[in-house]
Amino acid sequence: MKYVDEFRDPAAAQRLLDRIARRSTRPVQFMEFCGGHTHAILRFGLRQMLPPTVRLRSGPGCPVCVTSAADLDRAIALAHVPGVILATFGDMVRVPGSHGSLQEAKAQGADVRIVYSPLDALDLARRHPERPVVFLGVGFETTAPAVAATLLQAEAEGVPNFYVLSVHKLTPPAMRAILDAGEVHLDGILGPGHVTTVIGARAWRFLPEEYGVGCAVAGFEPLDLLQAIAALVEMAEDGRAEVANAYGRSVREEGNPTAQEVMGRVFTVAEADWRGFGAIPASGLALRPAFAHRDAAQAFPVEVAPAPEPKGCRCGEVLRGVLEPPECPLFRRACTPQTPVGPCMVSAEGACAAYYQYGQG
Amino acid sequence: MCLAIPAQIKAIEGLMAEVEMGGVRRTVSLALTPEAQVGDYVIVHTGFAISVLNEEEAQESLRLFAEIAALEDAGEEGER
Amino acid sequence: MAERSRTVLLAHGSGGQLSHELVQEVFLRHFRNPVLASLDDAATLTLPGTRLAFTTDSYVISPLFFPGGDIGKLAVCGTVNDLAVSGARPLYLSAGFILEEGLPLETLERVVASMAETARAAGVEVVAGDTKVVDHGSADGLFINTAGIGLVPEDLCLTPQNLRPGDVLLVSGTIGDHGMAVMMQREGLAFQSALVSDCAPLNGLIQGVLSACGSAVRCMRDPTRGGLATTLNEWAQAAGVGIEAEEAAIPVREEVRAACEFLGLDPLYVANEGKVLVAVAPEAAERALAALRAHPLGREAAHIGRVTEEHPRRVVLRTPFGARRVVEMLAGAQLPRIC
Repeated sequence: MKYVDEFRDPAAAQRLLDRIARRSTRPVQFMEFCGGHTHAILRFGLRQMLPPTVRLRSGPGCPVCVTSAADLDRAIALAHVPGVILATFGDMVRVPGSHGSLQEAKAQGADVRIVYSPLDALDLARRHPERPVVFLGVGFETTAPAVAATLLQAEAEGVPNFYVLSVHKLTPPAMRAILDAGEVHLDGILGPGHVTTVIGARAWRFLPEEYGVGCAVAGFEPLDLLQAIAALVEMAEDGRAEVANAYGRSVREEGNPTAQEVMGRVFTVAEADWRGFGAIPASGLALRPAFAHRDAAQAFPVEVAPAPEPKGCRCGEVLRGVLEPPECPLFRRACTPQTPVGPCMVSAEGACAAYYQYGQG
Repeated sequence: MCLAIPAQIKAIEGLMAEVEMGGVRRTVSLALTPEAQVGDYVIVHTGFAISVLNEEEAQESLRLFAEIAALEDAGEEGER
Repeated sequence: MAERSRTVLLAHGSGGQLSHELVQEVFLRHFRNPVLASLDDAATLTLPGTRLAFTTDSYVISPLFFPGGDIGKLAVCGTVNDLAVSGARPLYLSAGFILEEGLPLETLERVVASMAETARAAGVEVVAGDTKVVDHGSADGLFINTAGIGLVPEDLCLTPQNLRPGDVLLVSGTIGDHGMAVMMQREGLAFQSALVSDCAPLNGLIQGVLSACGSAVRCMRDPTRGGLATTLNEWAQAAGVGIEAEEAAIPVREEVRAACEFLGLDPLYVANEGKVLVAVAPEAAERALAALRAHPLGREAAHIGRVTEEHPRRVVLRTPFGARRVVEMLAGAQLPRIC
């Protein structure tokens, strides 16, 4: 597979590891912000291969994990509205809300459909004009433009029964929240490669400029990750903090202006509730008033009781990088992929699920 | 929030493109990358192309890896 | 504390952890007997002068027709293969049909014709049957249950309990073909590829290995729902041994790899319907591999791992980077993801 296989070459990976080991003289801790990175690092076994001076902590980069229980409960309640088809990405289906998951709602008769693309949900709306199709909009800046473009297409084609329930979130505010909280010392940040493809490498300048922390934007293949880690090690050793673009084949300084424009046309920035963080101002995306007629939350108001966190669940600390999954007392005991307590274990990209699935032998 | 893969555009009709990776094909939207051409590689996420892959940058990265490999090999030789 | 589900979930049928728990907690608890408890692919029953293998399976796949096969072909192959991996020569099948009111008779005929053709190719006969019809909406068009019997040679006892450290693990060909071929057809995914299901009767292939290696074969299984990873875990747990597999040695078609990359799935957990996993004593490994490759269905057979005394009951995969990671049994069903 072109542009995949070349970036998985084991010999080149070993050389990058040699370089990292050679250059790394003092202990450093980097946050791998993106759930896709957590997953890739564990899948390829990179953590084991890094020198002991380089430590990686996972952060809140899993949009599924940071969806609040209340938001998920709202989606589940919508799925139970008679006639509604709730279309969702597969990732969300097993996440526990306060009283079960979307998968369990489906078992109870709710019409929940898994789609690969929001366009497939729009297609459902076209094919079932008599039924409201609600698309659960989960994801960061990588996904929000796609959802926005789909909504605009629904408008252009005049498909009235397509709705969006937006729980989209923005990543820079979460990064700030972690740094402001100061709970975990970070010497550098592995920037999310596909989010940055949309928002542009310059979106991370605040990290070196305001916090003195370097950022290396990384792709998702082993060589991409190792190249970014090497860049962060070099920065730490040299005492520099800057933004390095280690995913130049997809990421530009300005990002994707078309995607930003489309996203901005449909969504406006709003306060959002992050599981593990609570409310963060200006960190979420809500549909603009012009699209209120497509807002599922307004079209189908549902009662959602306030949701307490499950007892003993420490997902919040895992998401903030304070706790590594194996350090959580519930990990592998009460909390497993079959019986998940919190979202970090359920989401395929959740740190806990990744650690569980790709556990070190 | 990241699962996106590089696929090559085989055909374009309006803002929809047929892309292919490893023998698997799908129709994706170019609404976010209207400038993409047949033959380009695009990064595909949830049925949308989110960027046009910069082949020069890709080659540059691969060259860099080869350079690092050579330097590390030379370093090893030097140490023996 | 997380609650276990009190209703049946689709994941209970996916062949992974939840399926195993359902078997333990409901079925084994009530149907108590040592034959069932061994959880082998077929029950080996000793009758005066004869050993019979006996197995049953139900088929509920949707869509009914997919590239490379259909529910009928799948039903015959599935049962033939469960008998064959138990060391039996498959002889007779029963076929029970649950039909949804409104199913076109032409569809039923296509399925039955396919079953007949597959049975002929496998050398078995369908000798008993039943038909029920349910209201429209109560079945996905058509469900099939098959049961099968076969003869087991007197001295042959294939079971994971035979596994010993040093035993070699072989797979007869590429993994993930069936599951991905079917998934590509799913509504809402709309991918196109040349992928076809690998659905095939394996009794000929398996007979070749048994003839070449006899009692050096420890056990065999066809890695259906839950994929190769689940089968390896089943063996590790049943035998209390460790299993080590080499990721780079596991054959996977490029299209299966690509389809999995698109959807965020792992080929190790994807269903196969025409592949067999063979565990064999190390001294017979070359012979077994040659026997597999000599058969049209085993041309891409590969040596993928071994049984070890390290990490008992766990399956460890060595990545192409030399790192090691534990491979768990499938948790629920694998779902396409965007993250």
